[in-house]
Amino acid sequence: MGADGGLSWNLVDDVRILLSYHFMLNAVRAGTIVAVVAGAIGYLMVLRRQSFAGHTLAVIGFPGAAGATWLGLSSGFGYFGFCVAGALVIAAIPGAGRAGNGLGGYGEESAGIGVVQAFALACGFLFVGLYRGFLSGLNNLLFGTITGITDDQILVLLVAGAGCLVALVALGRPLLFASVDPDVARASGVPVRAVGVAFLVLLGLTTAGTSQITGSLLVFALLVAPAAAAARLTARPVAGLALSVGLAVLVTWLGEAVAFFSPFPIGFWVTTFGFGAFLLATAYRAAADRVSRRPGVLAVAGGSV
Amino acid sequence: MTGTGPVSAEVGGAGGWLVDLLAHPFVQHALLAGTAIAALSGLVGYFVVLRGQVFAGDMLSHVAYTGALAALAAGVDLRFGLFAATVGVGVGIGLLGGRATSDDVVIGNAMAWVLGLGVFFLALYTTYRATGNSSANVAVLFGSIFGISAGAAVTAAAVAVALIAVLLVIARPLLFASLDPAVAAARGVPVRLLGPLFLAVVGATAGEASQAVGALLLAGLLAAPAAAAQRLTDRPWRALALSPVLAVAAMWLGLGLAFAVPILPPSFTIMAVATLEYLAAVLVTGRGRAAPRRCGGRSGRGRPH
Repeated sequence: MGADGGLSWNLVDDVRILLSYHFMLNAVRAGTIVAVVAGAIGYLMVLRRQSFAGHTLAVIGFPGAAGATWLGLSSGFGYFGFCVAGALVIAAIPGAGRAGNGLGGYGEESAGIGVVQAFALACGFLFVGLYRGFLSGLNNLLFGTITGITDDQILVLLVAGAGCLVALVALGRPLLFASVDPDVARASGVPVRAVGVAFLVLLGLTTAGTSQITGSLLVFALLVAPAAAAARLTARPVAGLALSVGLAVLVTWLGEAVAFFSPFPIGFWVTTFGFGAFLLATAYRAAADRVSRRPGVLAVAGGSV
Repeated sequence: MTGTGPVSAEVGGAGGWLVDLLAHPFVQHALLAGTAIAALSGLVGYFVVLRGQVFAGDMLSHVAYTGALAALAAGVDLRFGLFAATVGVGVGIGLLGGRATSDDVVIGNAMAWVLGLGVFFLALYTTYRATGNSSANVAVLFGSIFGISAGAAVTAAAVAVALIAVLLVIARPLLFASLDPAVAAARGVPVRLLGPLFLAVVGATAGEASQAVGALLLAGLLAAPAAAAQRLTDRPWRALALSPVLAVAAMWLGLGLAFAVPILPPSFTIMAVATLEYLAAVLVTGRGRAAPRRCGGRSGRGRPH
């Protein structure tokens, strides 16, 4: 794939150089944790067609981090606090906690989510303004950086990520059921609303962790691109989930490695590789559909119209 | 606060403050551009919310950022890149048609990558053009309406008035096509033409609004007043009239507040007032009240084409 785009005259040597720096080792560790969680949660986000909510939660991390820095707290508090609070706010918007309202539904829910998002960003801008001299860090907050990830941060990410995955497994079957067919799930006694809120909180935790690596504006790439690519490659949920996680990790590793050897930031590379994977998967799907002469129905993507 | 003395003194003080406010040229420019842009955003936003295209509007806001930074990196007028990118992408997603605009995963992927490209141009710009000062980047992201020049304000107002005129011309068929596309198509309304045309207008609006409140916040300016208006009245024409009124009110109050409290950036105060409007509308009407729904939209999955 795109790995050869970097300075790889000798791949083994390059990787050894890369990992000889402690900050890169930390970046790879953190990136791996984040990618595994984002790949898994993102797959369900795509399945539930809640991309807009995911994007908004990702963006909410920015005012969280900016506010925490302004108050002199660790930015981790801000990320996790704001993202979870944001998840609860979005869950309170009528209908937004349900699956399938990402865009295809009425305007009302997505308008509410849009308002939350814009207000959160405006607050972030205010906090940045209040904390003078912080402006140089603004781009890192928004677009991510691979330098300066501390050992403590990795521990926090590991705990949060493990918690998310455990919760995801615990929710597992009812969540999948409620995502694929909410009406039938409700009829069979699945607490669809509670499951939806729980999933939004998980999504908030995931975006909070991911924000610290890719920056608030680009978390979304890691959530949506590998998952969407996986959904186009296979219709089976478990295989899709595994594929999504694998792709997310691959995209993150490639992005970090190439960012290390190039003057451009990690956010650009991660989004580009992610989008590339999505395009390849879409092309594969189209070709496979043509071969089997079936209409191009994306079975997994919630029966997209 | 009892007795008439203090109250009248307060009114006199407020009047004096208003005169003081309007005496500044930068406030006059901000009011001129801001009023026109807010009215345009309110009108366009109503249709965006009605058609369930808030996510697409959000996408166009990201495109605005990338377009502006590409222009900065290339060394041409920022507004050229802004409008070329937003209108081009607006027409593009309009032409892709219902399938692309209703598929939040496609929009999400494209959006993530567009933002990644924005970071790429930012890196190019800061490396080769700017001298370590990223204030232009911040201005694109978060707007700088108090910094708008006389010429730019007049241009922005003229463009906004022209776009409002276009929108008013297509308002009637567009409303019909938005509320009930199938019947509208059967009655001879050029639904296929209206979609791309409308998204081109949304794109141009995104370019306009990002000069006022910045690329990141314009989705809020589109969504908040429109969603509030839709909650306050069921009648489409009344809501269409109310939405720009609310948007202009948010703009004026926001500008006044930002002038009175210099530490608050205008983009924040404008968004805060708009968010309060939406919140007030939600509280007044209660959570159960829903906007007028499109025909056949009850399943909450996609809209009929």
